[in-house]
Amino acid sequence: MGRITLDKVQKKFGEVEVIPPLDLTIEDGEFVVFVGPSGCGKSTLLRLIAGLEDVTSGEIRIDGSPATNLPPAKRGLAMVFQSYALYPHMSVRKNIAFPMKMAGMDQAEQERRIAKAAEALNLTDYLDRRPGQLSGGQRQRVAIGRAIVREPAAFLFDEPLSNLDAALRVGMRMEISELHAKLQTTMVYVTHDQVEAMTMADKIVVLRAGHIEQVGSPLELYHSPRNTFVASFIGSPKMNLLTGDIARSHDATTIGIRPEHLDVVESEGTFVGRVGVSEHLGSDTFFHVHIPQMEEPMTVRAGGEVGLRHGDTIHLHPQADKIHRFDDRGLRVA
Amino acid sequence: MATEHSRSSARLMIAPAVFVLLVWMLVPLIMTLYFSFADYRPLRATFETWIGFDNYASFLTSSSFLSSIGTTLWMVGSILLITILGGVLLALLLDRPMFGQGIVRILVIAPFFVMPTVSALVWKNMFFNVDNGLFSYLFKFFGAQPFDFLSQLPLFSIVIIVAWQWLPFATLILLTAVQSLSSEQLEAAEMDGAPALSRFWHIILPHLSRAITVVILIQTIFLLSIFAEIFVTTNGAFGTRTLTYLVYQRVLESQNIGLGSAGGIIAVILANIVAIFLMRIVGKNLDN
Ligand SMILES: Nc1ncnc2c1ncn2[C@@H]1O[C@H](COP(=O)(O)OP(=O)(O)OP(=O)(O)O)[C@@H](O)[C@H]1O
Ligand SMILES: [Mg+2]
Repeated sequence: MGRITLDKVQKKFGEVEVIPPLDLTIEDGEFVVFVGPSGCGKSTLLRLIAGLEDVTSGEIRIDGSPATNLPPAKRGLAMVFQSYALYPHMSVRKNIAFPMKMAGMDQAEQERRIAKAAEALNLTDYLDRRPGQLSGGQRQRVAIGRAIVREPAAFLFDEPLSNLDAALRVGMRMEISELHAKLQTTMVYVTHDQVEAMTMADKIVVLRAGHIEQVGSPLELYHSPRNTFVASFIGSPKMNLLTGDIARSHDATTIGIRPEHLDVVESEGTFVGRVGVSEHLGSDTFFHVHIPQMEEPMTVRAGGEVGLRHGDTIHLHPQADKIHRFDDRGLRVA
Repeated sequence: MATEHSRSSARLMIAPAVFVLLVWMLVPLIMTLYFSFADYRPLRATFETWIGFDNYASFLTSSSFLSSIGTTLWMVGSILLITILGGVLLALLLDRPMFGQGIVRILVIAPFFVMPTVSALVWKNMFFNVDNGLFSYLFKFFGAQPFDFLSQLPLFSIVIIVAWQWLPFATLILLTAVQSLSSEQLEAAEMDGAPALSRFWHIILPHLSRAITVVILIQTIFLLSIFAEIFVTTNGAFGTRTLTYLVYQRVLESQNIGLGSAGGIIAVILANIVAIFLMRIVGKNLDN
């Protein structure tokens, strides 16, 4: 069980309001990802849920019962920190056992759970090592192991993968997703990486300056972003946002076209420009196209085989039904 | 990377420093060694260059030797205990955000800047003095008999004085150690359900163990040679005669330079044994 409800939760540090009153419900068993740019309050929100920060006003409920004033240990939540926060002087076994030892669990049960967690996380061979003798990925797994054995109502992750290299990050991402599928426990995951958000989440919460900009499934956010901020934040490479005459011709202040929704045509394209930098990924090629009447270059996704070079002229045509329209306040126009 | 060339030039460059250090240490050491085998009593005008190990034998067999070792151990041990316990507590307190933090920290460090002689005199005359010491007023205020610390509890009084001087040192080293503990580790422990006392015991104390060994090592080396505090307060009377003080008395009060030198050499040997012992513990602790 792990249904977390935030009711008008507000957080101020002194005079500075980091989280304006905010409502959010996290359903039992859901994988919820908080994304947003650096400093938008993701960690603060997670720490409010964990109980490591006190709310200024509002209420937090876990499984329906008020948790606003409960100390962290009493909330039944487990947290995995960005720096792993392992205890350096204890062996892996002792690290994993620590929360159970604090709970006064009996020895045999502790052993059983350690063995199970070590098995699940591939740590069996490392149980007697110190954290200092492990690689980054192994340390991360120990931190997760320490969280699992408590059998918490929900897991809280604060950018757990940001200290790992790219390849390892992809691997750990899958492991965490798999763990979620197996345990079916609520997970709240903070990241500033929209790829992590898109690949792992059941539900994404996009934050900006403490405000919730949009809540929805990854595909909802991709297909119908509520405003220009969400539109440019979700999706990689970023959506092209165009203003001016072209937007007015669509009855909007701003229109957005994703790089993958622009077709390269032989001639008579809606946009004509010059190819700037191109990024060849093999499967795809991303062109940055300079169009005379626009300040920003447009990004276009083409197949891997398109033979255009720097300086060539390119014709582009947007797929008409994939154009996003936004009004003068940046909100989506249906 | 040290090439053959850079290594030899490095040796050349540190040579003067090593030379000065060697002369500085070796000359007094050799002179002490030389005197320790001689019967040298200037006031009686005796000077016999070689009497073998007589001085050593009489220093080691005198009853004051064993009691001085006991006194030294007691003194160093209790000062270490007080400074480590007090230092950990103060470091934890000073780590908390509070009003006027900078000034409070400077005030805490202040006793370390006071010369040992001066601080001993201040304690003797302004705190421990029976007639007009601060403690006497305090006792009288509560209607109790003033207590003569220096003659009733001489060893304890000296321990207090020296611990007061060294507390800032311990606090300072331990404070930097406390500050280097990542707050995420403490938060993780808090989430893991560890109450404050368990957090101290399982997280903070192990983190401090390295700093504590360093404090013990450095303080022991300095505390073995406490002198001014004893000289100023009790003059070595009432069971406050440490090994260092005994050596001083043999040389200057009994004017027996040979005997005192032998005592000095014995003290050097004992101090080295303690140092080697401590270094091994520290080395072990610093390894992991
Ligand atoms: N203890 C604090 N005291 C004062 N301000 C704070 C404190 N903690 C965080 N803040 C401020 O709150 C805002 C949100 O911080 P937070 O750590 O939640 O950001 P974040 O979204 O996690 O960013 P990042 O992706 O860089 O980790 C920041 O502007 C930060 O300066
Ligand atoms: Mg953060």
